[in-house]
Amino acid sequence: MSNATQLLRFITAGSVDDGKSTLIGRLLHDSKSIFEDQLSAISKTSEKRGMAAVDLSLLTDGLQAEREQGITIDVAYRYFATPKRKFIIGDTPGHEQYTRNMVTAASTANLVVILIDARKGVLTQTRRHTFIASLVGVPHIVLAVNKMDMVDYSEDTFNAIVAEYRAFAAQLGIHDVTCIPMSALNGDMVVEHGDNLSWYKGAPLLEFLENVVIDYDVNTADFRYPVQWVCRPQTQEYHDFRGYMGRIESGEIAVGDEITVLPSGRTSKVKEIVTYDGNLQRAYAPQSITLTLDDEIDISRGDMFVKTSANPPKVEKEFEAMLCWLSEAPLDLNRKYIIKHTTRMVKSLFSHLEYRVDVNTLAHHETNKLNMNDIARVAMKVQQPLALDHYSKNRFTGSFIVIDEATNNTVAAGMIA
Amino acid sequence: MTVHTFTHLDALESESIHIMREVAAECKNPALLFSGGKDSIVMLRLAEKAFRPAKFPFPLVHIDTEHNFPEVIATRDKLAADLGERLIVRSLEDSIKRGSIVIKDLDKPRNPYQSVTLLETIAEFGFDACMGGARRDEEKARAKERIFSFRDEFGQWDPKNQRPELWDIYNTRVHAGENIRVFPISNWTEMDIWEYIARENLHIPEIYYAHEREVIRRGSAVIPVSHLVQPKAGEKVEVLSVRFRTVGDMTCTAPVESYARNAQEIIEETSITRITERGATRMDDQTSEASMELRKKEGYF
Repeated sequence: MSNATQLLRFITAGSVDDGKSTLIGRLLHDSKSIFEDQLSAISKTSEKRGMAAVDLSLLTDGLQAEREQGITIDVAYRYFATPKRKFIIGDTPGHEQYTRNMVTAASTANLVVILIDARKGVLTQTRRHTFIASLVGVPHIVLAVNKMDMVDYSEDTFNAIVAEYRAFAAQLGIHDVTCIPMSALNGDMVVEHGDNLSWYKGAPLLEFLENVVIDYDVNTADFRYPVQWVCRPQTQEYHDFRGYMGRIESGEIAVGDEITVLPSGRTSKVKEIVTYDGNLQRAYAPQSITLTLDDEIDISRGDMFVKTSANPPKVEKEFEAMLCWLSEAPLDLNRKYIIKHTTRMVKSLFSHLEYRVDVNTLAHHETNKLNMNDIARVAMKVQQPLALDHYSKNRFTGSFIVIDEATNNTVAAGMIA
Repeated sequence: MTVHTFTHLDALESESIHIMREVAAECKNPALLFSGGKDSIVMLRLAEKAFRPAKFPFPLVHIDTEHNFPEVIATRDKLAADLGERLIVRSLEDSIKRGSIVIKDLDKPRNPYQSVTLLETIAEFGFDACMGGARRDEEKARAKERIFSFRDEFGQWDPKNQRPELWDIYNTRVHAGENIRVFPISNWTEMDIWEYIARENLHIPEIYYAHEREVIRRGSAVIPVSHLVQPKAGEKVEVLSVRFRTVGDMTCTAPVESYARNAQEIIEETSITRITERGATRMDDQTSEASMELRKKEGYF
């Protein structure tokens, strides 16, 4: 492994009352990622609102409406770096109706920090956030038990909350949770260990974020290469060049490997791996590359290359999926929608709703409609076959979005079940 | 099974290439906005990595305020020519002549008017997607904008009604007359840009590096003297060693004092600076806490 800086994408889930914005503000402030002009701007605002200390939560409230109403209405992305890693924080509101925002931010995250107020313990929203994190397959979960200063930094209180949370998480099949007691307000266990939680022997949050191993978050076994763009320069020099451009979504490929093109099933061998910086012998996810093949076969955008005879995806026109409905307009079972899966767009019909999940109790309910923020298991049919992996095996080839043809809005997020 | 460690720059680069290829494949008539500034020069290199050995499947477009630094315009023209790519330039002066922009004081900052000429250019060529080099770390409103940012037929951004953006699956669909702005380097920071300039050895306008320049101080800002900005009575002209962190409208882009003469020295300075890029250099963003948000709602980049 090289020592080069890596990129970690994480999100925070919790309500304003749990001190979420304060935690992010604290991470940025204590890691020296806040600049003087930003600090002076929020100091002025804090003063205007009659606050005694600088309100670090103001750092993450970007839009006018949010500043006026003191709320967070959408996903915001924040950036900070330490010598070990670069971080992208997806800041999502914890308010009830914003399940869709958490699903959105979680879809690209390596890790989620779920915030709990130590005085309140595991709440309905904690269960909801955990369920969504597991549904969207976020690989790592940190439970941040915040406001420990309000419960006298009690080890017993922390242990009781952790035991209750672990029991719940186990029901979802989640066993890899890191639990950290903290006081974001006072800075205990965020960047520095502090003196108030000396009974806790683990690392502060930032140190954990810097060191958690993320190399195995991507499926390294199965080569998946959706063709994005066929490159035909048609110049003198590159007269016969026909390159298939794309990004390796998972696995790796080498010159000479035999590949199968899906859905046609035609096979060929990799002739060259072309990049601007020179040809490669071998390439791996998530590199963006250009492949040329030994044979001239009919290939276009939307086709997927996989390694021949190695755990291929299913090529199907009918499948089941977990769906999170994102749009204010409810699902209309009589209408056709457009599905975008990897680089392919197809028309689809929802043939059947299996059940809706109550995100608070995890109970399954029969249903014949889907409203915004609903999560359900559905049966679908598509016009042309798609090369599908189970979402739990592959986040890239197991996911899709649903687009309303009339409005062109993205109305749902889907995960192959 | 081998584990390969991708550096953060490799990850950002691959993400940007993926985005540009999605635009080329799904949009009917895209364009790449190119000003000759450092972020758009990074965008050009990413486009080369995305599409070579072929030509770019889109033209380069610059909306010229005619308040630009001459060094930046020279770099713009040279890079486009060296790459053999098509460059379309449309000027605010055209809009002023047409009467679609009415400016009281021709020497005042012109950024607010850029939106008008940009929208006219989009209509002239029928672009359905414009790629730009804006970054989310630049400004609060940008931090909340999608990578594929949908605009209505008036070019307006509605921050409360953005399309959800999940995984790396981008919704590029628009109706006739509408368009999307696409920001392939959304997730890059100022530091990433400089590290990439150093790694790729990119040629950028000389004024990004420390040089001696005549300036005047107005309030806390250091303003470059030019044919547009002359000292008022009582103002003293000083010669300082400065560099520009951004290069925009000459009347409102302030340099910072610096002795950094190459990308590596700028990386060192950037890693210890305590002021944001726009905070240090863009006077027009400081008019109110929501300046950028308001301009974007009107169709600005």
